[in-house]
Amino acid sequence: MLDSIATSITLNGDPYPLDRDTALTALLERLNMRRGRVAVEINHEIVPKARYDETMVRAGDHVEIINFVGGG
Amino acid sequence: MQDTSFELGGIKFHSRLIVGTGKYRDFAETKAAVEASGAEIVTVAVRRVNITDRGKENLLDYLDPKRYQILPNTAGCFTADEAIRTCRLAREVGVGELVKLEVIGDNRTLFPDVAATIEAARVLVKEGFKVMPYVTDDPVTCLRLQEIGCVAVMPLAAPIGSGLGIRNPYNLAIIIEQAKVPVIVDAGVGTASDAAEAMEFGCDGVLMNTAIAGAKDPIAMARAMKLAVEAGRLAYRAGRIERKLYATASSPLSGLIG
Repeated sequence: MLDSIATSITLNGDPYPLDRDTALTALLERLNMRRGRVAVEINHEIVPKARYDETMVRAGDHVEIINFVGGG
Repeated sequence: MQDTSFELGGIKFHSRLIVGTGKYRDFAETKAAVEASGAEIVTVAVRRVNITDRGKENLLDYLDPKRYQILPNTAGCFTADEAIRTCRLAREVGVGELVKLEVIGDNRTLFPDVAATIEAARVLVKEGFKVMPYVTDDPVTCLRLQEIGCVAVMPLAAPIGSGLGIRNPYNLAIIIEQAKVPVIVDAGVGTASDAAEAMEFGCDGVLMNTAIAGAKDPIAMARAMKLAVEAGRLAYRAGRIERKLYATASSPLSGLIG
């Protein structure tokens, strides 16, 4: 149980497995998301696009990834 | 008759119709309706990416941000903090600084929380956003938002999605008279004549979603709205005749047959 907590992040409100620290760029690729279509917050801080390569996602992080959907 | 340009936050537009992208059957229909409307600005909502269904297409694949000005909204936000957070995220997607600010005060009417809207607008303007706030049709609130530095004010005609048309034309007239920024009627339009009426009053633009997306034939209604906004604008600029109680003949009174 502790292991699973230690090796997961909270992604858009739900637990998401993460074996090791992962660059944000790699996480987005794994999720099949294009950087030009999304914006990312880690622990309530927005990550500027220019820093996606160097930003590491770590176990326990709260990650929000948003995109645009139909709306008025 | 050459129209003056319609400018929002330093960006010039030809079309005075802004359309939403919600409530369509699919992205293909959204795209077809937007094209038929002639709109250059489209509103979108900011939501969490669907992690489990990630092969899904993206709205921006259908509405190219190079062709359309994307106007992210803060729909669903009930506090200034939520709305500010949403705008910051939206800007990071990379479609510019224009945002449609809406802070909802009541779930049933979807009327704005005016105090929270003003609070959020103040912060966002300072952060360099070009803020277009959805507000109650209250002239004083519109003045305050203009003073804060919003690039437009967007009073509602009637509740969102109600299709009731312009419920308070006299307030709207006051808002228009005192405005130094574009006035865009946002919400409440039901059919083409409502849009034309708003433009005839002297509004600078109209924003709508449900009136088009909810019509039996959304593509046809999109075109009707395009024509209505153009016709209303042209009629406003042409200058309508005064209303009179009694008739004045259109045909000459001289030369009548014996």
